[in-house]
Amino acid sequence: MDLAFTKEEQAFREEVRSFFRDNVPPDTRRKLVEGRHLSKDEMVTWWRILNKKGWGVSHWPKQYGGTGWTSVQHYIFNEELQSYPAPQPLAFGVSMVGPVIYTFGNEEQKKKYLPRIANVDDWWCQGFSEPGSGSDLASLKTKAERKGDKWIINGQKTWTTLAQHADMIFCLCRTDASAKKQMGISFIVFSMKSKGVTVRPIQTIDGGHEVNEVFFDDVEVPVENLIGEENKGWDYAKFLLGNERTGIARVGVSKERLRRIRDLAGKVESAGKPIIQDAAFREKLAACEIELKALELTQLRVVADEGKHGKGKPNPASSVLKIKGSEIQQTTTELLMEVIGPFAAPYDVHGDDGSNEAMDWTAQIAPSYFNNRKVSIYGGSNEIQRNIIAKAVLGL
Amino acid sequence: MDFDLNEEQRLLKESIDGLLTDSYDFESRKKYMKEKGGWSQAVWGKLAEQGLLGLPFAEADGGFGGGGVETMIVMEALGKALVLEPYLATVVIGGGFLRHAGSDEQKAAHVPGIIDGSKTLAFAQLEKNSRYDLFDVTTTAKKKGDGWVIDGEKFVVLNGENAETLIVTARTKGGRRDKTGIGVFLVPANAKGVTKKSYPTQDGLHAADITLTGVEIGPDAAIGNPEDSLALIERVVDEARVALCAEAVGLMDESLKTTVEYIKTRKQFGVAIGSFQSLQHRASDMFVAAEQARSMSMFATMAGDFEDAKERSNAIAAAKVQIGKSLKFVGQQAIQLHGGIGMTMEAKIGHYFKRLTMIENTFGDTEYHQRRVADAGGLI
Repeated sequence: MDLAFTKEEQAFREEVRSFFRDNVPPDTRRKLVEGRHLSKDEMVTWWRILNKKGWGVSHWPKQYGGTGWTSVQHYIFNEELQSYPAPQPLAFGVSMVGPVIYTFGNEEQKKKYLPRIANVDDWWCQGFSEPGSGSDLASLKTKAERKGDKWIINGQKTWTTLAQHADMIFCLCRTDASAKKQMGISFIVFSMKSKGVTVRPIQTIDGGHEVNEVFFDDVEVPVENLIGEENKGWDYAKFLLGNERTGIARVGVSKERLRRIRDLAGKVESAGKPIIQDAAFREKLAACEIELKALELTQLRVVADEGKHGKGKPNPASSVLKIKGSEIQQTTTELLMEVIGPFAAPYDVHGDDGSNEAMDWTAQIAPSYFNNRKVSIYGGSNEIQRNIIAKAVLGL
Repeated sequence: MDFDLNEEQRLLKESIDGLLTDSYDFESRKKYMKEKGGWSQAVWGKLAEQGLLGLPFAEADGGFGGGGVETMIVMEALGKALVLEPYLATVVIGGGFLRHAGSDEQKAAHVPGIIDGSKTLAFAQLEKNSRYDLFDVTTTAKKKGDGWVIDGEKFVVLNGENAETLIVTARTKGGRRDKTGIGVFLVPANAKGVTKKSYPTQDGLHAADITLTGVEIGPDAAIGNPEDSLALIERVVDEARVALCAEAVGLMDESLKTTVEYIKTRKQFGVAIGSFQSLQHRASDMFVAAEQARSMSMFATMAGDFEDAKERSNAIAAAKVQIGKSLKFVGQQAIQLHGGIGMTMEAKIGHYFKRLTMIENTFGDTEYHQRRVADAGGLI
């Protein structure tokens, strides 16, 4: 057992850090620090910088453009990316559909889609959740019917993140209504510009527009857009959801936010002195930092385990990462609310355009608090994670 | 970055787990509690036979040169089996003082007896009003001739009843809360002027309140610098905290395991109560708490080797906070999930709960260490 990073790993961290310092557009970083939303252009610009460096799809196999890094290197890269902070690669393309295509797709599909995913020539979105199927995903109803050389798709998806930017969607569709619910599902990809696709925004409680409803009305999709085998989509979906579980702890994001809290708490006054000098507040902050340190170590244990025993089956301990990671993220947003106190209230009607300089330092804090309630809901709610631990780990 | 045990460490773990499986079931433990001083000489002898009492000592001193990871392995195993024997007092703390600051003569006088199991130690540090501050010392050591005279009262001295030698913190100069002027002294438990009041502790261990009245000791009794040993005390107590973190992890593992087994077999309304989602979620939360504790126990073990004393102390304080929170949750919920049977002396779970609870209040509780981390500027 040796819990220290090696010299090579430390050097790698330096390399990654200095690349971010030199290449992340300052305005992009500032917006992230302030908890603002980025424009599509800002995100794509950064991802192409990353891809040019060869780090756009770092965890893919080398022949598809990956880096061949060790698990620990991936961990370091992610941590530095999150805590710089810089935008994370678009998960829907890079972490979700990409691995499904290079694992289960045919050669033609690999050639057609993978380079475009890496360079974000196509923005991908995920068509999984439906109004009636949240945590019970396999109950989905969207239908794909085979008609000649086409699939005809009808139904509705929801919570489709950033579908307003999307060029492509990967979609779970029911292709055999008579089979048991997990057995009749297929994994089909198609253009969001297809006739019959309608995107309707859902405004979330923070006032933002991250998620959408997507409607399919007789959408015609070429048969060759089926990935893998017909009616095997559930297996691919499970594979997809089991990938990259360690990123879900978002340790770097919380670290960055805790640094911001410390910074703001040194400036904002309470009882005539900076709030950081208040013992009760300081202890609360320390408590959160300690929890985060424990989570970081737990994450490293999962990473080391993956490095040793291969990714294969998702490690059920990764449910710990989801539960604690989301709780800590939420705690950090609560601490930010506590720091700014009454200045949580003003609503920035100018949104993200930076035209309301006076409120720049507080305007996004309450929305970020509201927005972060989602993290214990998405990605398999924390209650689902507890079910997983109970069954897969404790055998209950 | 590697969390796996190496071959030797794996063998060590197998050997101690095996020894305790053979000799430390719950019924045997009840018998050991009734022996003199509240623990079993026979088990202690077996630990010595397997070399476990010599684990952290240098090979030159007759030991095995084990490090933090080795101690972690042993303490986890001792926790899992709810062991009463004074490993912490003798090997970790007593041994720690001797290893870090003992003179060759002191080592020659004490280490062989520790390693062969013929001799145990006790750390007489706590005072009536010192609470968790290690520098808060009123017991005095006054120079007399070449040696010292010690006067003062020490409380809740673990293994105080059985130990042949006491390691006493005492002030050679300065006021009650001064950080300098504190020394560490080896005092024979049978020295003239030492009186002991022994009692069992809440968790089934044994301790003593010890009064030292005009106890005369020789010039060779001081470990390290008698006028400036706070850093030494802090280092050894930090190691004790790390060991307690590991013991707590073992206790939590066994508590969780016992609880899960119980709710799988206990039936109500015609089904195992473990089929109820509310109980499943509680058990899952116990797992999360235990895993977070394990991570921080490893972190603390690693921190034991940090060069910078401040960084070391801060990291270990943080670990003690996490352990304190986790053990409280795991311990309380283990009782809750057992229901009425968990409230009885008959069931073993309550005894795990009690030991866990006492660990929180040893060498600084959660609040104390949280304040230390906060005052040190946090952990990020």
